[in-house]
Amino acid sequence: MATVSVERKSALSKSDGDKPEAVVVRFAGDSGDGMQLTGGQFTLSTALAGNDLATFPDFPAEIRAPQGTLFGVSAFQINFGSNEITTAGDAPDVLVAMNPAALKTNVTALKPGGLVIADTGEFTKRNLSKAEYDQSPIEDGSLAKWDVLAFDISALTVEAVKPFGLGKKEALRCKNMWTLGLALWMFDRDRQPIVDWLKAKFAKKPEIADANIAALNAGHAYGETAELAGPLHKVSVDPYPSEPGLYRTVTGGEAVSLGLVAGAQLAGLPMFFGGYPITPASAILHNLVNMKEFGVTTFQAEDEIAAICSAIGASYAGQLGVTSSSGPGIALKGEAMGLAFITELPLVIVNSQRGGPSTGLPTKTEQSDLYQAVYGRNGDAPMPVIAARSPSDAFYCAIEACRIAVQFMTPVMLLSDGYIGNAAEPWKVPDPSEFEPFPVSYLEAKNGPGDTLLPYKRDERGVRPWIKPGTPDLMHRIGGIEKALGTGNLDYSAEVHEAQTYARKSKIDGVANAIPEQDVCLGETKGKVAVVGWGSTYGPIHQAVRRAREKGLDVAHIHVRHVWPLPRNLGDLLKGYDKVLVPEMNTGQFKTVLRDQFLIDAQPLNKVSGQPFTIAELETAIAELHG
Amino acid sequence: MNEMTSPNVTGPDVTGIETTLKDWETDQEVRWCPGCGDYAILKAVQRTLPQIGADPKNTVFVSGIGCSSRFPYYVESYGFHTIHGRAPAFATGIKLANPDLDVWLVTGDGDGMSIGGNHTMHLLRRNLDCQVLLFNNEIYGLTKGQYSPTSRLGTTTPSSPIGSVDRPASPGAFALGAGGRFVERGFDVSKKLPEVLKAAHAHKGAAFIEIFQNCIVYNKDVFHDFAAPKGVEDQQLWLENGEPMLFAGGTKGIALDAENLMLAVVDVTDGDWQSAGVIVHDATNRAVAHMLIDLHVAPKFADFPMALGVIYDDPRPTFEGAIAEEKEKSSAGRVPDLAKLLAKGQSWTVPG
Repeated sequence: MATVSVERKSALSKSDGDKPEAVVVRFAGDSGDGMQLTGGQFTLSTALAGNDLATFPDFPAEIRAPQGTLFGVSAFQINFGSNEITTAGDAPDVLVAMNPAALKTNVTALKPGGLVIADTGEFTKRNLSKAEYDQSPIEDGSLAKWDVLAFDISALTVEAVKPFGLGKKEALRCKNMWTLGLALWMFDRDRQPIVDWLKAKFAKKPEIADANIAALNAGHAYGETAELAGPLHKVSVDPYPSEPGLYRTVTGGEAVSLGLVAGAQLAGLPMFFGGYPITPASAILHNLVNMKEFGVTTFQAEDEIAAICSAIGASYAGQLGVTSSSGPGIALKGEAMGLAFITELPLVIVNSQRGGPSTGLPTKTEQSDLYQAVYGRNGDAPMPVIAARSPSDAFYCAIEACRIAVQFMTPVMLLSDGYIGNAAEPWKVPDPSEFEPFPVSYLEAKNGPGDTLLPYKRDERGVRPWIKPGTPDLMHRIGGIEKALGTGNLDYSAEVHEAQTYARKSKIDGVANAIPEQDVCLGETKGKVAVVGWGSTYGPIHQAVRRAREKGLDVAHIHVRHVWPLPRNLGDLLKGYDKVLVPEMNTGQFKTVLRDQFLIDAQPLNKVSGQPFTIAELETAIAELHG
Repeated sequence: MNEMTSPNVTGPDVTGIETTLKDWETDQEVRWCPGCGDYAILKAVQRTLPQIGADPKNTVFVSGIGCSSRFPYYVESYGFHTIHGRAPAFATGIKLANPDLDVWLVTGDGDGMSIGGNHTMHLLRRNLDCQVLLFNNEIYGLTKGQYSPTSRLGTTTPSSPIGSVDRPASPGAFALGAGGRFVERGFDVSKKLPEVLKAAHAHKGAAFIEIFQNCIVYNKDVFHDFAAPKGVEDQQLWLENGEPMLFAGGTKGIALDAENLMLAVVDVTDGDWQSAGVIVHDATNRAVAHMLIDLHVAPKFADFPMALGVIYDDPRPTFEGAIAEEKEKSSAGRVPDLAKLLAKGQSWTVPG
């Protein structure tokens, strides 16, 4: 391999004198190295420093993949800055590589002139060979494009924690805190919140807490001394000027859970959550088990089917039934969704999408369950579908899902994805008194002529009453068989089936009248190109459209939250543009829905690598289509 | 680990509502085949409900799919005819949402032992307070007569024209194996069926009842050796807690063959069951329950009478009670303040 000298300047050059607007840092290591924890704590300190930020945790499906392997690398990327941050950043400025495999799988993403911090203690012959390096990239000049700060973090960590008498293995587990300490020094962050967190986390093992704190401090102190000699220096990023108020960081998993609790509170209902463990949806169950004082019952069912069926049972009994899963689990729930749909019971189904089909890519992100959400049931069973665009947006979408479910007596699907679920962003904590309640009422007395009960009598929106078992005199039977108008008694006749099919369909179509009209989030309401997205592509599309507009292109960004039924003005809105581009992390599912619904020539832009779009990819596509 | 032995008391209050059989009939036309055993079971249930003081407004019948699962449409209470095999999961959600409801689950051998076997198992091990009525007719009726998981070897059906080759499952053994705390048997035309149902209802926790039911169209009279309306009483071992295990008019009894650690039939002369070594039924004895469940069913014990009535009854705390306790513990000292919840964790303030 030739050693080339590349003319370049450091991505975070000190001589620039300017403060960077934004910085992207990626921590990468073995899946046992604690990179997600490091990233999470760095995120917290960044948020506390007042920067806007977005993160992208990217980890393997294996819990502890064999050490040192390429497929066992776990990474956490954070983009933070003094401007508005909506993506985790295309290319990192700084890569922390805890072993050769982490370096190999991540270094090509690094910006030219970016900084590599590598732990030479892990660059052993054995680890190099596991990462399929013939010789150490640190020594063979192959990293010449980048600044390299390579030193023995392992040894320094062991040295730092010596006073606490840990075994070597345990001592080395403090490496991530040592590295975090260095990163905190680099970006001038306060260590105290991390110290507090370590003390709380290891309250029962104070010696472990002390060792980790010592490692954190040692890493921080190293920064001071290394600055004199190497490429490392302090980088200062100004805070993002945000609206005054109380902020916290929130992941999509947290936001969905909080939104469901808020939604149930606004409906005035106890919530029943039936779930079954599945990546990446389990976080919702883990969060809700700690919110029981809000009238939340959680039930870890024996399988995905029991999870949804128990939730439907709870809805039948008068609570707000909720279930959650990912694509494979959603597939199992299909039949039960049909039952909730035909019996017309409220239900919220959260799908944290991951790469598919089948088991697919359990820990990677994709948006390929849109067809499943919109069409994936037997019979004519349309169901409202809402898609969250970011971690904090998932909170509001969850409330919206609860509202539509109870107001229209229907199952509603809320689409999130692995990226939204795991990623964190700062969130201005909302004041619950600003939300409009949507209290639920049950039928309390017979509603038909001549003192009869009509459980399927529809109101002007086509919605039937909710009748709780336990209510005197309203005993009735419901089920999945086609039912007579009004009474709901078994009726298979052709005319009844046709009438009920259309009654149910028009009820769901009518949801479009109860949701906001589609807005344009950036750009004009007509023009040359509209980029139409849904879900977690919001960040990269928004930035790409912003940049394209800065270059003078006539392009707008439309981001659809209500995937079904579509906003009532969407068709007319889209027809006001010459071209419509639909970027999706699938092979073109929403594009097909738009073509079908509005007969427009929506152009697909697809990515199915398990990774989010980069801004650059979208900018290129916009420029090409724009011409 | 020691299991807690004190049964909790979170079950529905029997409010002693006065009703008659007629009050439990709906205006719906019953659509089972004429002569189906389901009619007799329906009548027995409608006869039992007034006797236990059940209140229609607090009674919920939940079913899956199959002939038996049409049951809720014919009982004047709340009813939910759900999807194939999943009734236990619906029942769990209903009961956890409102523990005051008296939940009756109606299922069949295909619904409860095949497609829904998993859910049946988990409902039993969790011990949800409800009555599980499994109508066993050893056949898929509503799909026109295929062999079911309880069909005997060699059952000839449209899907097994030269005889089924699957070894059958035993619902009672399954229920015990799944950790069920109450296992009982009855049959459709039995005069004792209301007593059987009452005993199940009196048990706090999941009460599993296998009800042999005659499918007169696809599997006629497969239980006639012990469950015919008349003349086979000698093949019935009706168990009563604290009473000797006698049958055939008290002329025979069940004793323990201590040498082989299995049950044996012994003759009883002049009612002297003690000297014949007849066992007194202790419904809390799980080991004996396992032996009783095999009688008549397992080929080795084919010559024994069928064990009927309460085979096993040993209550444990219920699932809904445990969930309520867990919820209470987890919420103790916490005030549901949404604003505080949203602001939880490490937060910061941007000054105005």
